[in-house]
Amino acid sequence: MTTSCILGSKTAGVPIHALPARSGVGLKPVHFQEILDTQPDIGFFEVHAENYMVAGGPFHHYLGRIRERYPLSVHGVGLSIGADAPLDEGHLHALATVLKRYEPQSFSEHLAWSTHGDVFLNDLLPAPYTQATLQRVCAHIDQTQSYVKRRMLLENPATYVEFSESTMDEATFLNEVVRRTGCGLLLDVNNVHVCSVNHQRDARAYIQSLPLAQVGEIHLAGFAKQQDGDGDLLLIDSHGSPVAQAVWDLYAFTLGLTGAMATLIERDSDVPSWPILFAEAGLAEQLLQGLPRSGAVRSHVERIAEIV
Amino acid sequence: MSDQTSFAQALLNPELACPSGLKTWNGSDPEVRFAVYRNNVMVSLIDALAETFPVVQDLVGEEFFRAMAKVFAQVNPPRSRIMAYYGDCFADFVDTFPPARSLPYLADVASLEMSRVQAYHAADVASIDTHTLQAALANPQQLLSLRLVLHPSVHVIESPFAVFSLWAAHQEALCISSVDPAVAQTALVFRNGLDVDTLELTAGAGRFFRTLQKGHTLAEAAGVAGNHDNEFDLTNAMALLIRSQLIAQITTREHHHEYPH
Repeated sequence: MTTSCILGSKTAGVPIHALPARSGVGLKPVHFQEILDTQPDIGFFEVHAENYMVAGGPFHHYLGRIRERYPLSVHGVGLSIGADAPLDEGHLHALATVLKRYEPQSFSEHLAWSTHGDVFLNDLLPAPYTQATLQRVCAHIDQTQSYVKRRMLLENPATYVEFSESTMDEATFLNEVVRRTGCGLLLDVNNVHVCSVNHQRDARAYIQSLPLAQVGEIHLAGFAKQQDGDGDLLLIDSHGSPVAQAVWDLYAFTLGLTGAMATLIERDSDVPSWPILFAEAGLAEQLLQGLPRSGAVRSHVERIAEIV
Repeated sequence: MSDQTSFAQALLNPELACPSGLKTWNGSDPEVRFAVYRNNVMVSLIDALAETFPVVQDLVGEEFFRAMAKVFAQVNPPRSRIMAYYGDCFADFVDTFPPARSLPYLADVASLEMSRVQAYHAADVASIDTHTLQAALANPQQLLSLRLVLHPSVHVIESPFAVFSLWAAHQEALCISSVDPAVAQTALVFRNGLDVDTLELTAGAGRFFRTLQKGHTLAEAAGVAGNHDNEFDLTNAMALLIRSQLIAQITTREHHHEYPH
């Protein structure tokens, strides 16, 4: 499959292994046909690798066609890089198969674990930031990058607890992982905001202390609100609502540091109709093109709220 | 016991205390925050089952379904990272779940729904080309000694209950009040283009397809089907296979009818 065809003028000259500095949307089966029918002007699509580890059928039919028309990001949710056990060879093989089939511009995974023994827990679970975790995570990333023969991006997590045994902060941990493995970062700005509330961290200071030159993609998503045991606000990385204003503001701040950067609107539950999701991606696109600033974004957020 | 072992065990078993060594900025009880993970895991598993088994959920109601799915998920968490197939042993669980005993057909409806997911994601295998098919049909005597490899999306669900009608009634194809659950039915599930089709089969045709899938010759499969259902009609059964393009290969060799997921 070639990657040079049909990409619009806005993406001309982009190297094969980089997403265009535009906005994209998580690809949902419910939107497959409408995307093919309307061919929206959007920077890229992102899929979860595990959803395409099936033999055949409509998922491959549609992704093949959409891939012919758009850049693609493959985002893994099941590799369990943070697990205190060896990586699953079968899963690595399945991952390599998906990457070979679709030749995406980007491949990313999470700083988290999701398996224990032969059980898959279907959630992104936290690990303490210690030397032992660091060595394990780096070994797993080295193994993954050499197995799939490409650089991966590692996503910063959204977490709800911290560990007493942690000996370094998250940004230090990520810096060290990037330095040792040569992987890039997928900077999830919503996760930064969620963690800044959940652990009372300074979101902007956190972002400033990351190796920003190694960021290859940004994620934006919505969160849900709960309370912790003391009645303090606890944010849940739910991917079930539009991006919040605080996250848009943090995103604008981030772009000021990184420059224009491929940005994904993530939505995994209560998925709205295609035009609403596309409009939300348009808000990121406006910021990326350096046109109207946050005031205009605010009015768009309100407009989307009215549509919903 | 490693930290991740106690973390994982406490996720799936709410009676266990949350793992030690967790910290919160305000000194609040980490149990409340750990419960977010517990909830994420359990809700995601229950939601995955609800997506695969909508008719089972309709038949028992959402509250019952989610309670049943929770018990299932606690005992049978996913063993694969490919969530599309989560619940492939749900029908067996439903069959022996005491609170569902009054609905003895529920497990077979679950089997049908899981088959539809498997058919949806089954391998893309071309059906046999017309020329080869016509050549095989031109020699009926030889045809009987051949083996038919069916499309990997083909699933046959044989049930002592009205498994097809119960499912169809929830697609608004039939009125549920007209369905007598106690009538034995056989259902056929297969992928037709990009859609999954579900049809009712005669008992004989169902047994015929299943015997073909086990790798027996056409003559053997017809014999088994005739013994199972004395109204079995080989011509009709073959016509359905040909019309729906369900024959992938015709071969003289024995084969194992297995495709990768």
